[in-house]
Amino acid sequence: MSAPAVVVEDPPEDYLQEHTLKSWLLTTDHKRVGILYMISVTVFFFVGGAAATLMRLELMTPQGDVLATPDAYNRLFTMHGVIMIFFFLVPAIPSVLGNFLLPLMIGARDLAFPKINLLSWYVYMVGGVMGIWIMIFGGVDTGWTFYTPFSTMYSNTMVVTAAVAVFITGFSSILTGLNFIVTVHTMRAPGMTWFRLPLFVWSHYATSLIMVLGTPVLAISVILIALERLFGVGIFDPAIGGDPILFQHLFWFYSHPAVYIMVLPGFAVVSEIIPCFARRPIFGYKFIAFASVAIAVFGFLVWGHHMFVSGQSMYAGTIFSILSFLVAIPSAIKVFNWTATLYKGSLRFDTPMLYALGFIGLFTIGGLTGLMLASLAIDVHVHDTYFVVAHFHYIMVGGTVMAYLGGIHFWWPKISGRMYPEIWGKLSALLVFVGFNLTFFPQFLLGYLGMPRRYYEYRPEFQVLNVMSTAGASILAVGYVLPLFYLLLSLRKPANAGPNPWGATGLEWQVESPPSVHNFHEPVVVTCEPYMYSPEEAEREYAHDQRVHNA
Amino acid sequence: MWDFPLFPEQASSNAQKVDALMLFEVGILLFFTILICVLILVFSLRFRRGARVDRSHPPTHGKAMETVWIIVPLLISIVMFVWSTRLFFELYEAPPDAAEISVVGKQWMWYLQHPQGRAETNELHVPLGQAVKLNMTSQDVIHSFFIPAFRIKQDVLPGRYTSLWFRPTKVGVYDLFCAEYCGTNHSIMIGKVHVMEPADYEQWLSAKGVGPSQAEEGEQLFVQHHCAGCHRGSQTVNAPRLEGVYGKPVPIQKGKDVGFVTADDRYIRDSILMPKSEVVAGYEPLMPSYKDQISEPDLLKIIAYIKSIATRETSQ
Ligand code: HEM
Ligand SMILES: [Cu+2]
Repeated sequence: MSAPAVVVEDPPEDYLQEHTLKSWLLTTDHKRVGILYMISVTVFFFVGGAAATLMRLELMTPQGDVLATPDAYNRLFTMHGVIMIFFFLVPAIPSVLGNFLLPLMIGARDLAFPKINLLSWYVYMVGGVMGIWIMIFGGVDTGWTFYTPFSTMYSNTMVVTAAVAVFITGFSSILTGLNFIVTVHTMRAPGMTWFRLPLFVWSHYATSLIMVLGTPVLAISVILIALERLFGVGIFDPAIGGDPILFQHLFWFYSHPAVYIMVLPGFAVVSEIIPCFARRPIFGYKFIAFASVAIAVFGFLVWGHHMFVSGQSMYAGTIFSILSFLVAIPSAIKVFNWTATLYKGSLRFDTPMLYALGFIGLFTIGGLTGLMLASLAIDVHVHDTYFVVAHFHYIMVGGTVMAYLGGIHFWWPKISGRMYPEIWGKLSALLVFVGFNLTFFPQFLLGYLGMPRRYYEYRPEFQVLNVMSTAGASILAVGYVLPLFYLLLSLRKPANAGPNPWGATGLEWQVESPPSVHNFHEPVVVTCEPYMYSPEEAEREYAHDQRVHNA
Repeated sequence: MWDFPLFPEQASSNAQKVDALMLFEVGILLFFTILICVLILVFSLRFRRGARVDRSHPPTHGKAMETVWIIVPLLISIVMFVWSTRLFFELYEAPPDAAEISVVGKQWMWYLQHPQGRAETNELHVPLGQAVKLNMTSQDVIHSFFIPAFRIKQDVLPGRYTSLWFRPTKVGVYDLFCAEYCGTNHSIMIGKVHVMEPADYEQWLSAKGVGPSQAEEGEQLFVQHHCAGCHRGSQTVNAPRLEGVYGKPVPIQKGKDVGFVTADDRYIRDSILMPKSEVVAGYEPLMPSYKDQISEPDLLKIIAYIKSIATRETSQ
């Protein structure tokens, strides 16, 4: 660039200023990488959502009629699962919001390894494009769990390609996790001690531990699948002494902690939103911080609760059952803490807050039904039925997706510099909450009645509940599509959000919106605890605003 | 109009017990969910911005309260754990008088055989009040044997035997589903369980004429596959006699040492398919493998035969 003729004042050059494609594709700015991720996970979310819509249409009637063949249905639920888990839920909050916010929150210029951060996006995209490619050219019908020996010896679909796609994507998760851990350890601004970190950072730290420790096991499992399929090495083949259950152990050793990769970041978002809109410090800061780490650690010890009826020993089942009960306790602590944070606050109900409160309700139901699944005798009955489908959608969709949407609304002014229309935001939160419950609550009943999951056709007596579920899904779909429109439309207005539209504490709110390329203009020094909100002051401001308004 | 049940039928002794625990847990779930929702609503109304209430010194932590939040869920968890684990253990300890029925799953049907000989597919007839133990295996992928009205389920694995038992308590016809995804026609791998009055069951059993029992069929196979040539009478080959073996510890040569293995279904199956993996001490590893030659249902018949001679004396 040539030097400008007159330098009036260094205009704060925000990170969105440059528009060339190249400037985006070669960026190492954590904020831009976050945006790249945001665009990609949104695309995947809607692709996975389209598959869900087709499945729900199919399940409106007991016979298979919407989709031509059972294979079509089997491929759909597999792709729905694979895409939603590996290409949406796992990366969504950490890679979009985490990337964008983590350096800002700890007062750093960028992540510790900016180039690795960009690399992680490319790696993710390679896996993702392979995923889409598989969908177009044949599909996979094993379910996202890839259980052997079906996946290794009987399925005639693109299992190896899918395994490679998942393997590749796993690396992006490992890279992100490593980057976050090193960043939190080395890049905190002076004065930003561990117990001054926002809980968002604590949760992401815990999540990163799981990503780095767990994902390699996933990589090993899918590589073994590929080896077994291509060369018949016999690790899982019982005919030559292999063990089909071994795969389930390997798979869940990653995939159970992965559930926490999905929800811990959700906790992170909710722990930021609630104190801000309650205008008071969060209740039990240290408890929440330690609970995150406890969940991450104990999360590694409960994988066997997916296998109570798999033929593993009864005694193993017993151990996994008690450990699963124990891991529920830190989650319960968090729910109580968030609720207690409302007490004596000065509450405002903007869109992010509505999403966060909805999250608490749905996560509570998801978590408590988890206790039923941890109870051995009940799990025997409901395992692999729609009860489980309802349970995990309550956690992952009611929990993580709600938190993600709440977070997107909360930080949208920071990310884009624009306010979105509040009334539409509230409507979307309402539609999502209502649609969600109508979609997934009937599935608890269906499951207890005995409808197995992954069914293309079902008994006629299950129809009423299925129709309710499909009706709910159409409301839910509207709730999900709305934000896409009004958030994008808000970009047409000039930046109007100001640095801190919610009056939030936290370093990210002290820089302009959208933030400048270097985040901070001066070195940051932190001198106080997080969440220094005062409800009484919030009330005084509110009364003042009312007076001005009425005058 | 549509048939619209909200609660599954209870048709086994296990069903009532599981439902009682379930209702207890639903109660806990409702209590906490309502508690949280009410607290959120009350706080939301009372402390909404602009409401005139005391907001001084919002608590930032509370040792006592936090302790309660840990202890109460912990105690509740322990109650649930103990209760459910006891039921779970019952499910795998069949009463000694249980009738044993063999189950083989394959893509996409259920093959079942009664000890008295009669075999059926996708239908299972059982007498009311009689404990039934299922010995199950799969011919291809993992399936899962699920009878919702009995609240029981167990995966059915290739290369392994799993078992499960139940005691039907109500005459009727119930669904039998495959609950583990097993490929294209997973959702139509469905069977029916007919619970009958014992007299009707007897009649049903003999309806096709009293055929050879499962063990008798097993004996025929035993001869047909030339097992008898070595394991019976003949002195030409030095092979262990199988009378009285079932259920007893067998000495196995492991390198230089001898270890003991119980001669159960798994052991017999592996000895037929992979005879070299566990060789009885004192014998040469001469036996050929019957892998790919004997089907899963036939293996079960042979096992039934060996079991039937468990009480006969060996004449070593
Ligand atoms: C519009 C909302 C959604 C609807 C209507 C929906 C519907 C469904 C249905 C019908 C199934 C198949 C259940 C079965 O046959 O076993 C399913 C499975 C699944 N869904 Fe969703 N879903 C929705 C959103 C999501 C989201 C947002 C996620 C994650 C972010 C998700 C993750 C999964 C997973 C992991 C499975 C399991 C796939 C498998 O069995 O292999 N779903 N969903
Ligand atoms: Cu099956």
